[in-house]
Amino acid sequence: MAVLVFAEHTNAALNEATSKTVSAASAIGGDVHVLVAGHNAQAAAAAASRLTGVAKVIHVEGAAFSHALAEAVEALVVPMMSGYDAFLAPATTTGKNIAPRIAARLDVMQVSEITAVIDASTFERPIYAGNAILTVRSNDARKVITVRTTAFRDAGSTGSAPIETAPAPAGPFKSLFVAEELQKSDRPELASAKRVVSGGRALASAEQFNQVILPLADKLQAGVGASRAAVDAGYAPNDYQVGQTGKVVAPELYVAIGISGAIQHLAGMKDSKVIVAINKDEEAPIFQIADYGLVGDLFKIVPELTAKL
Amino acid sequence: MKVLVPVKRVIDPYVRPRVKPDGSGVDLANIKMAMNPFCEIAVEEAVRMKEKGLVTGEIVLVSIGPAQAQETIRVGLAMGADRGILVQTDAPVEPLAVAKILAKIVETEKPDLVITGKQAIDDDANQTGQMLAALLGWPQGAFASALAREADRLKVTREVDGGLQTVSLELPAVVTTDLRLNEPRFASLPNIMKAKKKPIDTKTPGDFGVDITPRLSVVKVAEPKKREAGEKVADVDTLIAKLKSAGAI
Repeated sequence: MAVLVFAEHTNAALNEATSKTVSAASAIGGDVHVLVAGHNAQAAAAAASRLTGVAKVIHVEGAAFSHALAEAVEALVVPMMSGYDAFLAPATTTGKNIAPRIAARLDVMQVSEITAVIDASTFERPIYAGNAILTVRSNDARKVITVRTTAFRDAGSTGSAPIETAPAPAGPFKSLFVAEELQKSDRPELASAKRVVSGGRALASAEQFNQVILPLADKLQAGVGASRAAVDAGYAPNDYQVGQTGKVVAPELYVAIGISGAIQHLAGMKDSKVIVAINKDEEAPIFQIADYGLVGDLFKIVPELTAKL
Repeated sequence: MKVLVPVKRVIDPYVRPRVKPDGSGVDLANIKMAMNPFCEIAVEEAVRMKEKGLVTGEIVLVSIGPAQAQETIRVGLAMGADRGILVQTDAPVEPLAVAKILAKIVETEKPDLVITGKQAIDDDANQTGQMLAALLGWPQGAFASALAREADRLKVTREVDGGLQTVSLELPAVVTTDLRLNEPRFASLPNIMKAKKKPIDTKTPGDFGVDITPRLSVVKVAEPKKREAGEKVADVDTLIAKLKSAGAI
């Protein structure tokens, strides 16, 4: 049995999601190989070789892989899969983009966003926005799986796997990379932050969102999130959105400010270790899952909290 | 340009799903159903492209599901699509089988663009559009927040984890919709009336020679672990003290 893990990386560094996906692969069992396809991705390949439990790193260089375009990754991975029983990718936007293409070409029904490995064919995954947990068994000979990374631990970095290189498939491909506009921020990335401060519709404007939420986030060295209502109203950019259709986070500390707690939002943060809710409506559903609730005016409470921390 | 838009009938997004006591699934008996919200965005985008003159051919809707999925197609027709195809089955159809049926329909309908929702809010699989693109050998723009036609290509802005990514696709192509692509319209009463006269063809999965036998078996469906409500604290100082003693700060 052998499992191929698709590494998510920035070429210069390995994304934490890769380490967690390796944990899931180790739980399935067998030799775990990590595929690092990138452009000048030597550093990412070296980081992958140090992950605990990895037997081999396969490093593929090609300009088409600098942004992990799905068509190029499909052309690379599908022929490789004759040597593997399972393909795992993190359930990030990159993994979600590529894995179904590979599954379809292998005639495999993918198991999306697993949160637990029961055995090599049986997995848990949330459905209906996390309102139900499905235990599902795959009857396909090979498995294609995406991994909800917040549900798995870091693999650790005690390994020293050999790095092999492999040739890139010949292009051209039917899609071309044009541009990337990534949020530049000194704050921790939302998906992997140890602490998250999120704002909701009660912030009432983008200015107030920035004035109230950001100083607290900076004080806590936290990532910044938002409810879908705040994003839809334009108070915060879309990639701040925490929820079933946005990002799923599980930090050590989650501070929900002016967020009522729609099911949609709770699905994205209810696995956080400690949840703090600040809301003027004491009946808000967010208080039903918060460890510590503070009822009152967020425009008074949050600056006071920021000042006293 | 002609567009195909698959639409799925799912539980109404404002209804809270209940797990069946026997753990066999989610109870959908007598539950309000609706078009999957991401599919609505897909229909809206196709209709807007037609209104802007980017789509000069037909907008064809496809739904795979029970007889009532016809109502879902009617909703899309009332929004401005031209005709529908219902692939009728009461059996569960997994995304791989859906993609195979859609690929067969694409062979006969020959659209230049397929717009799907990025995921359905019931199974949350997020697979069908990408699978269809792979089966057809077409490029894909998944999780789109903006589309622009550029000569014979389609420029797609995609919502990715750190921000936005723009790709340029050869046509024909598959696009899957993210929330920000547009805000779907409500159909007007005259359009709802007009939609009743628009044609819907009824087929079965067997007509396309696609085996829809599930590849995944449901072992059980359970309620998620409940999180207990904690305590309300009186003021900021108490909150800080509690967080410190919990080791959270």
